[in-house]
Parts: sequence; structure tokens; C-alpha cells
Amino acid sequence: MLKDFAKGFEANDFGVETKPSRRRFLQGGAAVAAGLTIGFHWNAGMPKVALAAAGTGTDSAGGFVPNAFIRVGTDNTVTVLSKHLEMGQGVYTGLATIVAEELDADWSQIRVEGAPADAARYNNTAFGPVQGTGGSSSIANSYDQLRMAGATARALLVDAAAVDWNVDRGGITVEKGVVSHAASGKSATFGDLAAKAAAMPASVASTVTVKDPSKFTLIGTSVPRVDGKSKTNGTAQFALDVVLPGMVTAVIARPPVFGGTVKAVDDKAALAVPGVVKVVQVPSGVAVVATNFWAAKKGREALAVEWDRSKAETRGSAELLAEYKALAEKPGLPARKDGDVAKALAGAAKTVTASFEFPYLAHAPMEPLDCVVRLDQTGCEIWAGDQFQTIDQGNAAAAAGLKPDQVRINTLMAGGSFGRRANIVSDYIVEAVHIAKALDKGTPVKLVWTREDDIQGGRYRPMYHHTLTAGLDASGKPVAWQHRIVGQSIVDGTPFEAVMVKDGVDGTSVEGASNLPYDIPNMLVDLHTTKVGVPVLWWRAVGSTHTAYSTEVFVDELAHAAGKDPVEFRRAMLTHHPRHLAVLNLAAEKAGWGKPLAEGKARGVAVHESFSTFVAQVAEVTMRPDGSVKVDRVVCAVDCGVAINPDVIRAQMEGGIGFGLGGVMYGEVTLDKGKVEQSNFHDYRVLRIEEMPAVEVHIVQSNAAPTGVGEPGVPPIGPAVANAVFAATGRRIRNLPFTRDMNV
Amino acid sequence: MAVSFKLNGKPVTLEVDPEMPLLWAVREFAGLTGTKFGCGMAQCGACTMHVEGQPTRSCSMAVGDVEGQSVTTIEGLSGKAATAVQAAWENIQVPQCGYCQSGQIMSAVALLEQTPKPNDEDINAAMSGNICRCATYVRIRAAIHSASDMMEG
Repeated sequence: MLKDFAKGFEANDFGVETKPSRRRFLQGGAAVAAGLTIGFHWNAGMPKVALAAAGTGTDSAGGFVPNAFIRVGTDNTVTVLSKHLEMGQGVYTGLATIVAEELDADWSQIRVEGAPADAARYNNTAFGPVQGTGGSSSIANSYDQLRMAGATARALLVDAAAVDWNVDRGGITVEKGVVSHAASGKSATFGDLAAKAAAMPASVASTVTVKDPSKFTLIGTSVPRVDGKSKTNGTAQFALDVVLPGMVTAVIARPPVFGGTVKAVDDKAALAVPGVVKVVQVPSGVAVVATNFWAAKKGREALAVEWDRSKAETRGSAELLAEYKALAEKPGLPARKDGDVAKALAGAAKTVTASFEFPYLAHAPMEPLDCVVRLDQTGCEIWAGDQFQTIDQGNAAAAAGLKPDQVRINTLMAGGSFGRRANIVSDYIVEAVHIAKALDKGTPVKLVWTREDDIQGGRYRPMYHHTLTAGLDASGKPVAWQHRIVGQSIVDGTPFEAVMVKDGVDGTSVEGASNLPYDIPNMLVDLHTTKVGVPVLWWRAVGSTHTAYSTEVFVDELAHAAGKDPVEFRRAMLTHHPRHLAVLNLAAEKAGWGKPLAEGKARGVAVHESFSTFVAQVAEVTMRPDGSVKVDRVVCAVDCGVAINPDVIRAQMEGGIGFGLGGVMYGEVTLDKGKVEQSNFHDYRVLRIEEMPAVEVHIVQSNAAPTGVGEPGVPPIGPAVANAVFAATGRRIRNLPFTRDMNV
Repeated sequence: MAVSFKLNGKPVTLEVDPEMPLLWAVREFAGLTGTKFGCGMAQCGACTMHVEGQPTRSCSMAVGDVEGQSVTTIEGLSGKAATAVQAAWENIQVPQCGYCQSGQIMSAVALLEQTPKPNDEDINAAMSGNICRCATYVRIRAAIHSASDMMEG
């Protein structure tokens, strides 16, 4: 999601402000920018691993705190502080595995908790100076850092033992949380050594080395998730579960169309609802505050608000699509230009063209947006499933009139996010801060979005229109590829614009298309960025949610036009991309590609890289007599470098496939005169258990640096299924969701 | 107004509006937060509790309607099916974000209490009302079969 963001920072000179957009970024987002500057210097001035060695000390319970990521308790627990949000992707387990591996801890002694918001200590090194989770970058940016953190802590514990036992440290071994010296017969647990290690000078850090990967005992094994038990007995704590003394609950009435504002409020009936304590106007609407959720919701129903629609977006999906189609007729701003496409198309033996339509999509995490905010004399405290901690910290500070370091964020686990909580303007956090400002100092307020608020509240995966044209030579080989994309920019008007938009092209709109791996000599990818008053955001796998679909369906069309097998056709164009090729071959082999299937069944394939992870999927479908499609089975091959936890990787592929499949088959948010037509799961349909295919995951053995798995399972499933439907029926599904074109 | 019922085996009396959904009464007035809010209209199953042993969407049932009845939440689960389901959920590592899992487990336990050897169609019928946006469905299915085997063994 954000790898271009980090690249942008590296490529930009912060000392020179040339573009107005950048100036707006630095001034308008002053709080954010302050964090950025600190983080930027950290990043530029120190090697990554230096962070891990900084901050040796002791905690209030007498435990050992070797660095910002680890606490060794005198009770023999090892607590790993996660700078990343656990939202289901298994990151608490993955990060803790890396630490435990280098520490030689026993898995049973490992605990994980969310780190406080701190751009200096807990920044995502892939983002630069921001603490945040996204772009499937958590493991990738933490791997070296946490290996070093674990190895450093281990070295300090060994030193403490050597001093205590008066033995040479070379004779000391560590295994499963026990430090031993064979010659003297002495041994101690980490807990026994914690206080002694805390008292040691941090002098060993420079001599620390990480393990040779051949010695790994935890990395590469499927240790159970650290949150597995709490998520089967109801004890896992989400923001919705936070209860504080004197806490009130708020819901907000927001305008019925995007860009609407409050004209007038009559709150008499709302205030008469038992339990309602206050009605507060906030920038996004009118908040009803009550002693409990139900009273707040009833109060909102009783509220009479007159809305000013004069600046609102009033176009509907049909009008937007007509505008997008008209734009698609004209050249856009180039995102990639190889050779001469026009000339190659003119000389081609055969040309193929196709258009694709993609709707707005809501994230709809199971836990709707919610947080708890308390403002008191000293500052602001927030409890949330927070995905962009230091951005939320900056935005909350600005809303509260505080400095960022006066905002303390307790990051809890999130009940899903899929990008919704990675929110540049921190919409729900800022709303809660505004409500808290209107309450007595020290009164905590829990803001809850209802499902209707969530589905109708915007920040969707943008609507897009794609047109692809390709030329084949007489042998069926593609010689020209032109791909035009029309849609909104996710970062338009945000502080991210300055670093993520290059030459007018938002990298997140074209990712997956501008880096198409296929070996085609003449290629043009261009973009029209539209201005629409519907707020948009990254949705699990971001640009690849639409680019993988259009490119992989279109490649399939070309294979068909060339009279070639879809797997063979791709192979011939991937000779310079061995990791794409390897997952394609693995998935095809394991799926029995080419072997005959029963009547009414067919296979389809897709391969796509996102966030530096390579995934190929073969979908096997059955066409039912009524013309509907059932996805029976998906064979998935993934190359994510070193596999930290194979079972978590499998789970993410399974989940990504289900999430992506529901999106392409059923997902759409449509607008009529600017108003969202869906409101809850009865009309914003998502995948249910009977629609989930069997999934078989194969992980490529690799020693490459580990990359993420939260998002990359999503992009290939749509095109793989669409290609299977074509193989079965001869019908191409180019307009999503599938429900527009067929019975499902 | 007061509503009295049995919650996880113990009698409770809650001073609430009887029209308040059972979900919010239990979460905010009885202090049991293991049951989650997902949709508020019986579409997602995150709020599933057992009322008189039957899986029930507590977001859409007024607390006044359970007067005198027996309500079980994830915190009060017990018995052979519950033990097997929770063990299978952990063994098979079902949860991802975990938010829907209390509801999933409540539905699965009710299924196995009534149908100890469910086939895939039985599982579809019993679990279709429980949405998981992380799409842990493959493992939910496997865990129900596994729990069923455990109950037999």
C-alpha cells in the first residue's frame, strides 16, 4: 500500500519546498510533519538496527528492558511490544516469533502487547517517519530490526549470567528460555536473570550477531498464534469492549450525501430520550451522547437535522460511469511508456480490446469503527484498533489543540480493518476528540459507528474504469499493450499526495498495471484521475484489487485470441520474472492444470505480485444448471521469501481468497444522486460460509527477505474465477461485481 | 424498568429499557463484552447467544422478551460440545481478527448439541448466518468436523 510513500520520502529533498502541495503538507499537517521530521532523521542518521539496541533499562516491576521491543519480567515472561496493529493478519505472532527466535525463548513465555504511539522508536521503516501498519509491510520492515533486538537481549542475558556465575560467556548456551553453563552445571531462567541483566551496562550490543538461518528453530515452524486462546473464549479486548469509569457513548448523525453540512438542528426530542446526556455539533455532523449505546442510537433517531447540500456530491454511479467512459476515449497521463504502442498496434496482425468496470467497495470490517477518547488536564488518551498511530496522534492533537506528545494511544486489537482504519484524516478518532472537547474534562467517550454508518460513511475502494487494447503478431505473440485507467486518487487532497503522486500519477491507482511483468515490447499505461466528492481509501491490496483483475482477465483473452493455453501463454512472457513464473508453475502443477474435469467444471488461472509477494491461483468452478457459478476449489502458490509462520501464511491466503471472492462476486456500493444505496449486510452482500471454496496453499521455499501476506492473496482470485467461468461458458465477466452479469 | 432472567446460569436483574436489545443489555448492563455488535439487524451473527439453548441474534431481540428465560453467552459456555468446539478452534487456529468468533462458536456449539455428526450441508445451514470478513470459513468448517470427532472419541 505504502511502499511508494517511503520511496517518495527518500526521493524528496525536505529542505526545498517547491510544490504548493508539499507546502500544504508541511504546514497544514504540522503535527504530522513534526513527527515526520524526527523520524526522518532517525531513519537517515542511524542504521536500522541501532534502534533495537537503544534504551536498555528496567521497568517498574524490576524487569529487564533491553530495548524498545522487549521486556523480560522477573516472572519469566517475555513481552514483545508490537509497533504494528493486530487486525487478524497474525502480526503479533509473526513479530514475536522473530524476537523469540533470536532470544532463544520458549514460545510459552512469550506475550505481546501494542506499543505506544511513537514515530521515533516505533516507525514503520518502510514508510519512513510514520508508525503505521499497511502495504503488507510489517514483517518485511521488522525482520532485521527484531532479529537484532532479540539477539541483543540474548547477549545481555548471557553477559549477566557470565558475571553472576563468574564464568566465560563463550561456554554459555541458551535454549528454550534457559541459560546454561555446562562446565559449572549452572543454569537460570530469563526471569532469574532479569534484574541482574537490567543492572548491566549495555556494552555488548556492538558484538551481537544474528543467527544463521539454518539454525532457526521457531522461524519456519507454525507456532500457535499468541491471540488464539483469547479469541476463542471471548476475552480478547477490542475498542468496543473498553469500559472506563464515567464513560459515555456517542453516535453521530452524518449528512445523507458526501459534502453535506449541518444547516439546523432540533435536539429537543433527542434530549428527551432517557439516557441521552448531550447533543454536540461536530465537524462531521451531530453527535448524540448518552449513558449507553442504545439510548444514543434512539436519541439519534429522534434528532431532527436540516442538511445543507449546496456543496455536496450529487452525481450517481451511472453519471460517474458515463463521465469515466468519455474520459477513457482520450489519452491520460502516462504511468509507463515502453516503445511505440500506436505504431505496434497499427502493425499488429490482430488487435483485441476490452473495457472493465469496478464499483466502489466498502471495507466493512466486522468491528465497525469505534474508539474511546478521554481529554483531561494533561492531554488526550485514546483506545483504538489503531492502524496509523502517529498520524492519528497528530490529527487528534490538532483537533484537541494539543501537542502530539500529549496524545497517548493505547493500540488494541482491531476487529478487522482491511485498510479502513489506516486513515489519513483519522476520521473517527477526530470525531471522538471533538465530542470529548464538549464534555466535562476527564469524561471518557466511546464513539461507535453503526453498520449503516460504516457502509454509507465513505472512504471506499474507488470506482474505476479500465480499457485495454493489445496487438498480437501473426504467431499470436503480444507486441503491444495499452492500458487506460480512469478513477479517483486515494491520496488526492491529503498530506500523502506530495510524496505518492509523481508527475500527476498516483502510484496506488496504477500499481499492478504499470509494473505488469509480461514481456511485451511496446507498452503504455496511462491514467485519468477524476475529482469526485466521495471519500476513498486503500482497500486490502489497494490498486491490485482492480489492476490484477483487468490485466489477468485480459491476458486470458489474449491467450484465447492467440489460440494458446493460458498457462503456456503466460510462461512465454515471464522469462525475465522467475518468481512470477515459479508460483505460476507450482499452482498449475498442484492444481492438475490440463487434466480433464467433469462436465460443467472448468479451471482458470491468474498470477500477480503485490507488495513484493508473488501469488498464483488456479480456481476450479462448477456451472450450475441455473447459470450460476460455484467456486469449488482454489489452489494457491505463494512466494513471500522466508516463511516466518507457514500456518499464518496459509490462513492469510485462505482469508485473502475469501475476501477477494466476496468482493468480485457481490461487492458494490452504488450512488443515486449522491446518496449511497446500500446500508447493511442485507444489501452490501459479503461472502458466507457456503460460498467459500476449499483452499490448498503451497508455499515456495525461499531464503529471500520476508515479505507480507496480508494483502497479496486477494488480487488473483477474481481473475482466476472469471477465467474459469470463461473456460466453462465462453462468457467474459468484465463488469464487477459478478451479480451485475450473472446469477451467483 | 427491570428485566430478570438467567445469565450463564445465574439470576440477574437489569434496570434497563425492556426494548433495549439483549446484546446491549448484556454488554453494557451485565458487563459481559465477549458478545459483539456487528450489524444490529440479525444479518451477521456476531451477537449470537443461546436463549433457552437456541442460537439467537441478540442484537435483534428485546431484553424484555427474555424475561424469566435462560441466556448463555461465550463467557458461560460449558458442556461437551462447547469444550470440543473451543479446543478445535484453537487446534485448527481458526481466528484471525477474532471479532466474529464468539458468535461463530455459539452457532457451532448449538449445531453440535443438536446434530453431533453434521455434514457439510448441515454446517452451511447452521453457520450461514455468521459472517466472517477475514473469511476463516475453511477452518470453521474443519474445526466443526474436528469437534464432532472429539465428541465421539
